[in-house]
Amino acid sequence: MSRPRRSADVIVIGGGIHGCSTALHCALRGLSVILIEKDHAGRHASGVNAGGVRQLARHVAEIPLSNTSMAIWHGIAELVEDDCGFTSDGQVLVAENEADLAGCRARVEDLNLRGFHHEEMIDARELREIVPAVSETCPGGVISRRDGAAIPLRATQAFKRKASEMGATIREGVKVTKVERDGANWRVVTDAGDFFSPRIVNAAGAWADRIAADLGEPVPLEVIAPMLMVTAPMPAFIKPVVILRGRKLSFKQFGNGTVLIGGGYLGRAIRDENRTILDWGKLATNAKTVWDLFPIMRGAPILRAWAGIEARMPDDLPCFGPSARHEGVYHQFGFSAHGFQLGPGAGAVMAEIIATGHSNVPIDGLDIARFAQAS
Amino acid sequence: MKPLTEIGQLAEHYDLAVVGAGPAGLSAAARASELGLAVLLVDENPEPGGQIYRSITTTPVTDRAVLGVDYWRGADLVARLKRSAAAYAARCTVWSIAPDVESDGASFEIGLSLDGRARLITAGQVILATGAQERPFPIPGWTLPGVMTAGAAQIALKSSAIVPKGRTVIAGCGPLLYLLAGQLAAAGAEIVAVLDTTPRRNWPAALGALPDFLRSPYLAKGLKLMAKARRSLRFLGGVTSLAVEGSGRLSTIRFERGGASESIACDTLLLHQGVIPSVNLSNAAGCAHEFDTVQHCWVPQLDDWFASSVPGIAIAGDGAGIGGAESAALRGEIAALDSARRLGRITIAERDNHAAPIRTALGRTLRGRRFLDLLYKPATQFLAPIVDDTIICRCEEVTAGQVRDAAKRLGVTGPNQMKAFLRCGMGPCQGRLCGPTVVELIAETRGTTPAEVGYYRLRPPVKPVTLAELASLPQSEAAVKAVVR
Repeated sequence: MSRPRRSADVIVIGGGIHGCSTALHCALRGLSVILIEKDHAGRHASGVNAGGVRQLARHVAEIPLSNTSMAIWHGIAELVEDDCGFTSDGQVLVAENEADLAGCRARVEDLNLRGFHHEEMIDARELREIVPAVSETCPGGVISRRDGAAIPLRATQAFKRKASEMGATIREGVKVTKVERDGANWRVVTDAGDFFSPRIVNAAGAWADRIAADLGEPVPLEVIAPMLMVTAPMPAFIKPVVILRGRKLSFKQFGNGTVLIGGGYLGRAIRDENRTILDWGKLATNAKTVWDLFPIMRGAPILRAWAGIEARMPDDLPCFGPSARHEGVYHQFGFSAHGFQLGPGAGAVMAEIIATGHSNVPIDGLDIARFAQAS
Repeated sequence: MKPLTEIGQLAEHYDLAVVGAGPAGLSAAARASELGLAVLLVDENPEPGGQIYRSITTTPVTDRAVLGVDYWRGADLVARLKRSAAAYAARCTVWSIAPDVESDGASFEIGLSLDGRARLITAGQVILATGAQERPFPIPGWTLPGVMTAGAAQIALKSSAIVPKGRTVIAGCGPLLYLLAGQLAAAGAEIVAVLDTTPRRNWPAALGALPDFLRSPYLAKGLKLMAKARRSLRFLGGVTSLAVEGSGRLSTIRFERGGASESIACDTLLLHQGVIPSVNLSNAAGCAHEFDTVQHCWVPQLDDWFASSVPGIAIAGDGAGIGGAESAALRGEIAALDSARRLGRITIAERDNHAAPIRTALGRTLRGRRFLDLLYKPATQFLAPIVDDTIICRCEEVTAGQVRDAAKRLGVTGPNQMKAFLRCGMGPCQGRLCGPTVVELIAETRGTTPAEVGYYRLRPPVKPVTLAELASLPQSEAAVKAVVR
């Protein structure tokens, strides 16, 4: 047996969809890569999220990254040799009243002025055509037609598998305990020995603040546990993913009939034990929203509820890009419960920045430096 | 006993919640109540008794010889509960157990459903007495009408005095196979054959445990059962493969023994491959589990008092490892004593004194168990079905071949990752019927052991609860506030 690789051009810490995507895109650019994951790829946020592939309703600072990602999603099978369960039936943001609708209109007009046209207003008639089951009182909404959904763990594992095929070394079950300077290299100390590389990517999700702190760049990261529920199969009644403007809800039906209900209600995360505790009181509120909006769902049996462990930043935007302090350090974390869709594109952009020093995809506003001196 | 028939009658908080009204739950609830604890016993069946003593208070099978003397012992347990002050909620489903966040982990939040309404209550301590389930036994064609598990046939017999119609074959292995065959025959079923799949090569391993068995209470009972069943029924031993044939419905059971293929025409096939602990609730509650290589199943990690890795949750009865009804009742008492001690109602010395004679009796009931476990360990071809077309996850119709393929070609290393590719374990049963088989298939394909492969991480609700039930949960003020992040 050959000795396991201990050094590479790039070390990626974290085997979520972001870490796996960055590892793959680095490998595609001919860089040698070691990816280190303390559990298994997709064990946390990347494997258990709602699987929404959504450009709709994103913060303006994220839209370029999201657009880059969407182009990749639409050719995902060619990239990773697995369709990742990706389907594109659009996502619809439903306005429950006129005030919601006015907010939608202002948003879409603003996006158009900035040159983004992926969000379109729809009126009550078109809303009813696309989402016939929605309550009749809803006056309209916004649609992003190229959006859709995928299967999170499957997608993350597909990126891991492909990265591995392209030559990346994947070390699962290896826990990083410390990151420190070692001459021209970074030394990544783990429970399986030390690893060395001139470049490291911090894609450690809910654990990323510890690595950032080691590097002298502390961030006010909050560990969160967004909750989801899924029902038994129901007769097919809705194709696009539905979110609400006023209340928290993310709602979609899969091809097999099961319905996923989310919206970002938080349980409690115990990150040192890889464990979450659900808050049934809040899930009940989540269920009540569905009860109001989709009468067809009232008798549906809830089969499972769960929560992932992920990172949230105070402004709900990720830390993405080069370190503000160190040459050779890159951050890619803090996706605040909406990072799954960004994974494929963010990995491509990150690999481009690592390999060439820059990217044409603007990432202004995502720099970790915005938190400097915040602590 | 205080029977509760509406969910509104439940108190907000109990000292102890016991889940399951089989032998372990009945004796745990009674003992804890006798010690002065405020106890809630919940069970999803209409009557107490669990599986072994199912319908003990209501069974229409009144001829005592049919179900045997052991069955009627359950009446004493129920009588003891009735004399106690414990609250008892029948037809009540527990769908979640988790630390109560508001009490900072000092008690548990329990999600319950009764009569179409859901509710959250709290309890300081929990004893899970969720018992055993039959080990999954997938063979080609087992999803055809006419095929059921032997345990299901026993439920129908005990609760409704119903026996299978027509020519009936029983197949599988384990001590319960003889009991069941005998009970059904006594109740009038037409048992045309018993196909015994006990591997002959189990004998050498089992022989080492024989001396203990010879001094055990199992011996006399077991010999009597076997002798009676073998005298009156057609037994075929050394069966190495089974396949169900029929179009739209079972018509023939085809099997191999001694290298030759045989078949029997039948209307009903009852399958049984022993029982394993029912771990869904303890797993979803976060209790650590380990693989017991002798009983060949997942069991919770427990201390001498049946306390799990989650402080405040104990697991008694067959849910803690298969030991049978008598040991279950004794284990329930021991767990109840420790719950009272944890709540400060009795001292350590009092607990130990009360427990001493129970432990002696427990040792006696468990003696000889190892011999049975080793002798009736299922053959590998029934744990990990050889025929690729065999459905192993009935909820999502996943086959053995698909699991093998995903483990081999896609490098899927564990049952949780397998969910993402095949959806096995994601249906209404949450892996109860496929979990052990998926683990075996992954272990076999990857050349490792079930212990290495691990088991599903199960998610609440452990039993389905409807959206309407959940939407109608009374909202606490804290929950409403917390919604605004």
